[in-house]
Amino acid sequence: MRALLPLMLLLAALVLAALGALFVGLAPLPPSAVLRALASSQPDLAGLVVREIRLPRVILALLVGAILGLSGAVLQGLLRNPLAEPGLLGISAGAALGAVLAIYYGFAASFAFATPLFALTGAGIAAAAVLALARGGGTLALILAGAAISSTAFALVYLALDLAPNPYATSEMLDWLMGSLAERSWDHVRLAAPFILAGGALLLLTAPGLDALALGELQAESLGVPVARLRLLALAGTALGVGAAAAVAGTIGFVGLVAPHLVRPLVGHRPARVLLPAALAGALLVLVADTATRLIVTPGPPLGLGVLISLVGAPFFLWLVLRMRGRAA
Amino acid sequence: MSGLALAGVAVDRGGRRVLEAIDLGFAPGHLHAVIGPNGAGKSTLLQAAAGLIAPRAGTVALDGVALAAIGRRALARRRAYLPQRQAVDWPITVEHLVALGLTPALPAFGAMPATCAAAVTRAIADGELAHLAQRPATALSGGELARAMLARALVGDPELLIVDEPTAGLDPRHALGAMARLRTVAGRGRIVIMAVHELDFALRFADRVIALKAGRVLWQAAADMVTAAQLSELYEVEVHLHRGANLALAFTGRTA
Repeated sequence: MRALLPLMLLLAALVLAALGALFVGLAPLPPSAVLRALASSQPDLAGLVVREIRLPRVILALLVGAILGLSGAVLQGLLRNPLAEPGLLGISAGAALGAVLAIYYGFAASFAFATPLFALTGAGIAAAAVLALARGGGTLALILAGAAISSTAFALVYLALDLAPNPYATSEMLDWLMGSLAERSWDHVRLAAPFILAGGALLLLTAPGLDALALGELQAESLGVPVARLRLLALAGTALGVGAAAAVAGTIGFVGLVAPHLVRPLVGHRPARVLLPAALAGALLVLVADTATRLIVTPGPPLGLGVLISLVGAPFFLWLVLRMRGRAA
Repeated sequence: MSGLALAGVAVDRGGRRVLEAIDLGFAPGHLHAVIGPNGAGKSTLLQAAAGLIAPRAGTVALDGVALAAIGRRALARRRAYLPQRQAVDWPITVEHLVALGLTPALPAFGAMPATCAAAVTRAIADGELAHLAQRPATALSGGELARAMLARALVGDPELLIVDEPTAGLDPRHALGAMARLRTVAGRGRIVIMAVHELDFALRFADRVIALKAGRVLWQAAADMVTAAQLSELYEVEVHLHRGANLALAFTGRTA
């Protein structure tokens, strides 16, 4: 029971945050109107705002945050490195390149879903390239291949930004790179959810082996853990899940890195036990941050989700690091 | 036949031949020490014996069945292996660390069965770790971590225990303690194989000593029959060995 308590608390916080997110927004709706809109299928203004604008956005925030937190937790356990995060494998970079290319060549202007579809393809190609480069090698080969693909893809992204055909394209690319959940619809949910759920399932399959990996790869192998297969599962799960998340939400850093650290002390630092709480913490982070971007009024365009998360998250992470260092000393 | 048998084993690493023509039998109930100069292939021999690297040629068989045919999980339940360098990457408790030794016996998901919990408690008590059970493994001293790792290896009561350098980095008291534990395990009818640098430990505690040089078995002998001449040949230094009430070993700088 004691092990379930942190999960329950996180879940409760998540439900509260999700409800809160449904009640706030640009259109000033009283809470009673929101509740009525949720319960009915009336095509009135309140119904449209709550069911077609706010609800898909909340669900996307939950999916995106959960898969980022989960993937981060799996990669940190697999690579036995507290600094591992989904971006490490080059998959986010591949998605960014795909999206930027869709905008650069004007596909995005003629077809609304070009950007997410290109991003998804980019993520898949990046994952395949990392796999091909790292084949036969160990964990280090995987990290190096990820770094190589990541820097190549980002170099091409900056090249595209540099050569952009017009300022509008540049601004659109930057918007995507800064991450956002604004103006997302059920179509985005339908596009991303199957990939995110499939990726999440693959990532969860690594759980039974992650604990033993705390002893190093050789001891894990001696305990019957198929380390090579675990590596493959983590890469495939991250490619599907984080690739799809990046395809609909753009680049959102930091969540995958920090979410596992937030919950690790709650589960006795056991790598396999971190997975589910990390997914919940990631969902909570993205949801709260996205709600905040809607509430914070700026003189210019609304704050980018990725930007806000990094702005608020970085000092908090620093505080966490300092506190952990203080405890270890 | 019972025990572990290596027949015609050859192992390549990074395109280099590390072990060649290894024929060795390891009987249950004995503590086998593998000695040899640096780079002789001791760690590789132990990993091949544990079934963690596939030999390029030859077979490794446990009780007459090739390790490759036993299956990953089944083998993991019967054999425990401790590498030379041991580290824990997360501050999990000593109790959880020891429980990791039961990984191959646990269901993939769900809680730990009661029998397993009892085995963990027993292994912790046997390893004199009860007062450390809730301590993060990253906060242990070298000697405590070595004890916890050995408890982790023994918790599933494996019939084959393979330990690379069990005394590395330990002070004499802890090193003697580790040796005594390995002797106890062998006394319970298990096969215990260790690679060891401290020759006096090999000669005093092991039943049998296997000398490895340049990837081949140079000689093997009962521990109380090993001679100074054999050790001289192995390490290419002059060795003085005195067997009395206490074993005394001395090396001189001159090469033999």
